[in-house]
Amino acid sequence: MSGFWQDATERLRANPTAVAALLLMSLVMLLSIVGPWFSPNSAEALDWTQVASSPGLQHAHWFGTDRLGRDLFVRTLAGTRVSLAIGLVATLVSLVVGISYGAIAGYVGGRTDHLMMRLIEILSGLPLIFFVIFLTVIFGRGPALLFFTIGAIGWLTMARIVRGQTLSIRQREFIEAAIASGAGTPRIIVKHVIPNLIGPVIVYATLTVPQIILFESFLSFLGLGIQEPRASLGTLIAAGAGEMEAAPWILLVPGGVLAALLLCLNIFGDGLRDALDVKER
Amino acid sequence: MIGYFFKRLAGAIPTLLIIITATFFLMRAAPGGPFDQEQTLPPEIVANLQSAYGLDQPIWTQYGRYLGSLLHGDFGPSFKYKDFTVTELIAQGFPVTLELGVIAILLALLIGIPLGIYAALRHNLAADHASMSVAVIGIAVPSFVVLPFLGLVFGIKLHWLPVAGWEPDSLRYLVLPVIALALPPLAYIARMTRGSLLEVMRSDFIRTARAKGLPLHSIVLTHALRPALLPVAGYLVPAVAAIMTGSLVVESIAGLPGIGRYLVQGALNRDYTLVLGMVIIYSTLLIGMGLLVDLLYVWLDPRVRQQ
Repeated sequence: MSGFWQDATERLRANPTAVAALLLMSLVMLLSIVGPWFSPNSAEALDWTQVASSPGLQHAHWFGTDRLGRDLFVRTLAGTRVSLAIGLVATLVSLVVGISYGAIAGYVGGRTDHLMMRLIEILSGLPLIFFVIFLTVIFGRGPALLFFTIGAIGWLTMARIVRGQTLSIRQREFIEAAIASGAGTPRIIVKHVIPNLIGPVIVYATLTVPQIILFESFLSFLGLGIQEPRASLGTLIAAGAGEMEAAPWILLVPGGVLAALLLCLNIFGDGLRDALDVKER
Repeated sequence: MIGYFFKRLAGAIPTLLIIITATFFLMRAAPGGPFDQEQTLPPEIVANLQSAYGLDQPIWTQYGRYLGSLLHGDFGPSFKYKDFTVTELIAQGFPVTLELGVIAILLALLIGIPLGIYAALRHNLAADHASMSVAVIGIAVPSFVVLPFLGLVFGIKLHWLPVAGWEPDSLRYLVLPVIALALPPLAYIARMTRGSLLEVMRSDFIRTARAKGLPLHSIVLTHALRPALLPVAGYLVPAVAAIMTGSLVVESIAGLPGIGRYLVQGALNRDYTLVLGMVIIYSTLLIGMGLLVDLLYVWLDPRVRQQ
């Protein structure tokens, strides 16, 4: 097993784009956590002397301010932190649900599998946005709900991938050995199936994070996600899109950060897939 | 083959019914109602409104009535747009949304597939790396960032195209929204085409074709392309879903009078019938696309025909 990981790390290191993406991504993450401490401005303070001022070094707001005079740099970092947190937590939710669901369906098989996959098929037939809109409408808007709802829909593809992998793992000798030595189904799934899923799961999880960040920004853009005065990248972009003509930087700063973050996550995920040699589908 | 198609068609009906039922009861489970406004109405008026719309009936009666009117092609009255029925609202907005979506998906296919082929034939050369890097950008950057950016460059700076707005029969207003909407699926299709074409080009029957001395273009176009397009066909349903979702924001940024706005507004206003109508339209489109893809599979992969 350790040889496998060493090989994978080496292959990843040999991929300069993926390494660059990882570094840039880590920098953005680090900045979003510690950056606000190093700025004299706060994310919610209004500076009425500098309303919608353009980026520049002549005042304290290097990346400019928004329509209410709030520092765009600090706000974008705070928004990035919210978006990242949602991306990571919702991915975790989708991991837990998707792995358990997919492993059970794939391992138990037969009628159970058929029924469980049919449910996924029906759920995937709906544009996911409907679910989230309904859930936000029913339970009200808030970050806690966002974690849950986005994670709750993100598990569908994960479950499919896990099921496919489980189907082939089930045929392997070590499973037969486990059955022969008297292990029960739950024990086999937890101890023998799930640990062997780790490669494709890691790759797909890395590619899920940008999808969820994108989805969260999309919801926040529609006004269904994070609410003022809190910010996520989506709400900042929504605000910026309205000011494009007079103050394009209000759009370009958070938009650029979101684009860079998603780009890095995607490139890194692709690199990881090549390194771990995971086949798509 | 035809029997198979009808079997799939029959299978789509329960799916649609489940979707309608789930939406109906989920919407009703939400707190609040369509007549909650900023100034509270006197209870007598609310009671009158509710009975006028049949909302005072038991929920199962309402459900039955709704399904009954659906069978007659009637989506019911809108609760918020009082002078309109849902059918009228959808009939007004849907052509715009459809035009936007159809052009976007065609653009994604007509540029994405050739780009993927080109990249595959230039495998590991500069042109391949360049087009695939651009494709990653296309996948990663969301339409609600691309569209305002395009508007900034081509609308505000260069004055070539309108930033937002709409005139019937004028395609000028659709150019930027279509590009923003088509970019992610275009990039994705290009990447998929490249990947699967590379895989097909390594297979035995292609080696045979090469050994026969066929020119490259005929190997690719008559032998390799059809099997290579199978995953692309499979991606069409998610692509349509992505374009639908994308058009929700693109329409609002570009000020297009499509139906995108009704979904979110309708859900927030508890405009039950409007939301149901939207869900039905969107899911029917998706399910229909799924059926179309099944037919495409038959054409692309002769093995399916024998099953």
